[in-house]
Formats: sequence, structure tokens, C-alpha cells
Amino acid sequence: MSVLINKDTKIITQGMTGKTGTFHTEQALAYYNTKMVAGVTPGKGGSTHIGLPNYDTVAEAKHATGATASVIYVPPPFAADSILEAIEAQMELIIAITEGVPVTDMIPVKRALLGSNSRLIGPNCPGVLTPEECKIGIMPGKIFKKGTCGVVSRSGTLTYEAVYQTSQVGLGQTTAIGIGGDPINGTNFIDCLELFFDDSDTKQIIMIGEIGGSAEEEAAEYVSHMAKKGIKKPMVGFIAGRTAPPGRTMGHAGAIVSGGKGGAEDKIMAMEKAGIRVSDSPAKLGVTMMEVLNG
Amino acid sequence: MNIHEYQGKSVLKQIGAPVSKGIAIFDASEAEAAAKELGGPLWVVKSQIHAGGRGKGTFIEKSAGEKGGVRLAWSIDEVVENAHQMLGSHLVTAQTGEDGKQVNRLYIEDGSDIDRELYLSIIINRETSRVSFIISTEGGMDIEAVAHDTPEKVINFDIDPATGFMPHHGRRLAKALELNGDLAKQANALGRTLYEGFLSKDMSMLEINPLIVTKDQRLHCLDAKISFDENALFRHKDIQELRDITEEDAKETEAKKFDLSYVALDGNIGCMVNGAGLAMSTMDIIKLYGAEPANFLDVGGGATKENIVAAFKILTSDSKVKGILINIFGGIMKCDVIAQGTVDAVKEVGLEVPLVVRLEGTNVEEGKNIINNSGLNVIAADDLDDAAQKIVTAVGAI
Repeated sequence: MSVLINKDTKIITQGMTGKTGTFHTEQALAYYNTKMVAGVTPGKGGSTHIGLPNYDTVAEAKHATGATASVIYVPPPFAADSILEAIEAQMELIIAITEGVPVTDMIPVKRALLGSNSRLIGPNCPGVLTPEECKIGIMPGKIFKKGTCGVVSRSGTLTYEAVYQTSQVGLGQTTAIGIGGDPINGTNFIDCLELFFDDSDTKQIIMIGEIGGSAEEEAAEYVSHMAKKGIKKPMVGFIAGRTAPPGRTMGHAGAIVSGGKGGAEDKIMAMEKAGIRVSDSPAKLGVTMMEVLNG
Repeated sequence: MNIHEYQGKSVLKQIGAPVSKGIAIFDASEAEAAAKELGGPLWVVKSQIHAGGRGKGTFIEKSAGEKGGVRLAWSIDEVVENAHQMLGSHLVTAQTGEDGKQVNRLYIEDGSDIDRELYLSIIINRETSRVSFIISTEGGMDIEAVAHDTPEKVINFDIDPATGFMPHHGRRLAKALELNGDLAKQANALGRTLYEGFLSKDMSMLEINPLIVTKDQRLHCLDAKISFDENALFRHKDIQELRDITEEDAKETEAKKFDLSYVALDGNIGCMVNGAGLAMSTMDIIKLYGAEPANFLDVGGGATKENIVAAFKILTSDSKVKGILINIFGGIMKCDVIAQGTVDAVKEVGLEVPLVVRLEGTNVEEGKNIINNSGLNVIAADDLDDAAQKIVTAVGAI
């Protein structure tokens, strides 16, 4: 089993005819024949691109192909509109890779998700990958190995570190989810942890956060809450940005300590209190997990 | 992106919020004309730097006098005297660090008769994904201290984007600020104006501290601190023009030209990394092994060889840098591109400090071959831990 996506997931690409959309759709097709079924580019409906049909709208593409997921490579000024179009078309899973979406554009998007049939991952994220089955987004497929560890992360490259290291120690992954580095994102840690807790094949979880906001603290509270109900899985955590100066945005729009809030130490403390073993080095995620497993 | 107070006030004026009359000057010779135009009888001379706590700050230079960065003047001569003292001097505040910041601009403003000082700010609440008001009757003070000591005096509420700012929000604002009658009406109008302005200008933070009630019972924005969402600047040409690059680190400005995300720090190990999370962790791990990073640098996923050369030049131009760590986990970013960029940059600008390179991910073998065949004196590392230890050791050995 896996979460969110598997070998049967049919996916369309919004913005497939652009350079980035083209490259990553081809990469996905090459990864265990991920079922990329169509592209959406307004004005190009009826044509084909890299062997896939183009449609003018998400609704048309969904109707014609039976796709349930959409991945978005549309440039930042138009990305929110593309997400809203996918929500209106009732696409079940929407994964927005685009980096640099204005945060005020995300406020109405988040409102539109309430009560909708859609789940949004991202924006500003590397996507989701279920090893040997399905790759949506930009993660390098080579480093993955089918296995038992669920990975959820706000950072792309740190997701790769966690994946690579869990492959190295022989655990492998069920699914890796990059939730993105923006201040407002569609899916947060808690949503992903719920999925991993429910998935019987996921035996361990690695959760990678960073400075800014309070999503890690909220997730830690959720983990404690579930533990009281007897639902528990071995977890290793990491928080990036311990040495980041306050008031500065560290690359990700959401990675900023402001007004004394969002600092790394508070997050680490909250996670450890919830029973998550927090590694002080991003190079030791795999070995730390093995230590946890071997008691 | 941050702007100066006087620029913030012109933005407020443009969206229809009440601010005092004022004139910005860049040279003391402009002070007299500005003071005359405003007319008096009371003027406020305010240092324009991108840091808070100006009023309580002190100047390094004795010639600037003992008063702080915001001064009252009761005559034109006093305005001119203060302008001479303050311009060009370095103001130290709680937020500037001990070297302070040079004051290159002053804002000369009409003095106000203050009856009460209030606090109002608007931010994006990440927990609720909504625009949120933070208000308090305790204006003119450090709001974080107020929130810490008397949390009941800081009130916040979110605005549902589906409705926008409604009259009930206005009533809530007025009640929390203890404003009645016509002042309550003014609060409602101001709340709506600021909310709509916040969204239309893509602000990420708007702070008015203090928001004052004047003796003649008018609500008035006496200070304005505004930050804008960098990601939304593409649709605000007017706001882009407000950028004051003298307030920003020259290396950060240079990095922006090449789409590099760079933050200058105080240490001596320069870092070049792909991905914000990995770049932060690289800083953290350098510190973990007992040294200090000189910078945060994320070259991103789509960097070209030219970007890498530019990044390398920025690192080597920093005289504090005694060693460089390149840490790449290639996803979209290909290791061979980084390797070639590094080799080209070294050929162009030379390399006088130790360089540790850790490559992993896409095209890692090609990347390693390029480095190994380049003849450069590069220390190779297996993983991030190994890389950090090697660079800390190499720098320590100098």
C-alpha cells in the first residue's frame, strides 16, 4: 500500500507544453510508466504534445481521460487560477509545483478548498512519489526504493536526503510527500501523518520541518493525541534553520522567524515531547531511524 | 521587501488612510525649505532607516547629539540644526546591531497633538490562512512586550476572504480600541481601507504604531512600517521603485540579479547549496561542528552554469570567507552543471581558500569526474556530515 497515489493513479499536467512541464511529464512517464494521460494548456486543445492529448480546460481533460490527479507547472502569476480551475473541476488530488505564488493569491485558494472534493499539495513543493509505482512532480526517482517508511517534508532537497538515507539503510519508502515551503500551503503535516498512520504498510515516519509558522508544533500535538489513543509509529524528525537569523526569509517564503515565533528550538522541543526522535544532523536521518527501531 | 516610513506613509495616503503632512530630505540643505513649507509650529525630524526602535536609539557620533533618532523641533532653526546632526551619522537601535545604520534620509513631519496612542497591525495568519488584525489600546510601545506582559490587552481577529472587511469587524475594532461615536465610525472606515489596501498592494505586514487619536478627535496613522511580498512585486511596478538598495547587503543585491537566494551572515565558511531546507541545514551543521557559516545561499533547482559562476564569485568576494563548502543533492539540479560552473569560476577568479565539495543525486558520477579531472585542489566529501567536518577542520587549520 501507499498513500495518495499508486500505479493506477491517472494524472494530467496543467502547463504541460511549457519547458518545465514537458521535461517533468516525460520524466514521470519514464518512471515505472506513471499514468500521465493528458495536458491542459488553454488554446492548445485538440493538439498533442509528447504523445499526449492537450485539452483547453481541466474539466474537459478530466471528462475525457478519467484522471483523478493534476500536477501544476504553471508560472507563478497564473498558478492560483490554475489551482482554482482544478478545484472547480473536482480534481481529487492537485499538486502545485510552482514556486513564487503570491501569498495573497493563496488566501482565496485555501478558502475554496474548504468543503471541496479536492486535496491540494504545495505550492512550492517537489511533489509526491510512491516508489516503483507513480511519480508526480520533480523528485529524482533513482534514489527511491519500495519499502516501509513514510516521508513528509517542507523542503525538497531534505526530502531527498531522507529518501536516500532510508534506501541506504534498507528500509525504503511507502510514499514521500513534499508539502512545500510557502507560508500558506494546501496540505500540512497533520494531514499527511493521518494518511501514514492509516496506511498499514507504513511502519515508520520521517517528518522534516523548518523554521517559520507553527505547523510542526501542531503536528507534534496531533502525534501526542494519537499516542494517547494507542496509535503510534516510530518517528524521526529534523528541523532546518537552527542558526537562521530572526526576521530574515531563508529561501522559502515561509521560512522566517518573526516576532519571536517560528524558531527551531520550540519546534524541536514540541516534537521530542511528542516522542519523535529529532536528529541534530540531516545526514543521520536513516541511522537515527535504525537506532529508534533497534531500541 | 521593506520600505522606509516616509514611503509607507505615501502608500497609506494613496490608499486613503489619514497621515500627517511631511517631506523627505536627503541633504541638510533641504531642511529649511521643507520646514517652511510644513509651517510648524511643531515639527518632527525622523531618521529613515530599515530598523525599528529609532526613537529610543542613540547615535554613535558625538556630533549628532545625545537625543535619539526621532526628534521634536519647535523652530525652523531647530529643524535645520537636527538635520545637520543626524544626516550621515550612524544610529544604533535594538534592531541594528552595534555598528548601527547610517542615516541617509530624514523625514520632516508636522507635529501632532496626541490624545491617545493605539496599536494596529495587519498580517497574514499562517495558522488560519487568512488576513488578521492585531490591535491594542497600548500604542507607542513594543507590542511583543505588551503581548508578553499583558496578553489580554492584545486582541486579534481574522477576516474571512469570502466576505472581506464587514461592518461587524469595524465594530469589533472600535470596541477593542475603546473608540466611541464618530471615532468608532472612523475606525470602521480605516479598518476597511487598510484591509483593502493590504490586499491590493500585496503587503505581507502593515504595522501602525502608534495609531493616534488627536486632541481634535481624529484617528491618524503616526507611524507606518510596511513589508511587501517579494513574490507579488512583479505586479507592482510602483512598489518595486521604493526599494532602497543602500539598506540591503550588496552581495544580496548582486545575488538577486542571478536568481540566487542569498543571506549574508557573520561567520567564515561560505556555503553554496541547492534547496532552501538543505541550505539552512548546511549552516546548522557547520555550527554543530563548531564553526560559523558566512552566508545562506540557495542556487535553486534551475541554476545554469552562469548562475553557479556568479554564486561562486559572490562567495569569494567576501573577505571574511576562509573556506567554501559546496553541498548539492541533485534533483532537477544536475551535479555536472554545478561541477562545471565551479571549475569555470575557479579558473576565472582563482581559489585561495579550501574548497570542500559534496555531490549526490542526478548525474553525480559525471559531476565527480569533472571535478577530479579539473586539476583543482578540491576536498571531496561523502555526505553532509563528512563535508561539514572536513571544511571546519580545513578552516581551523589555517
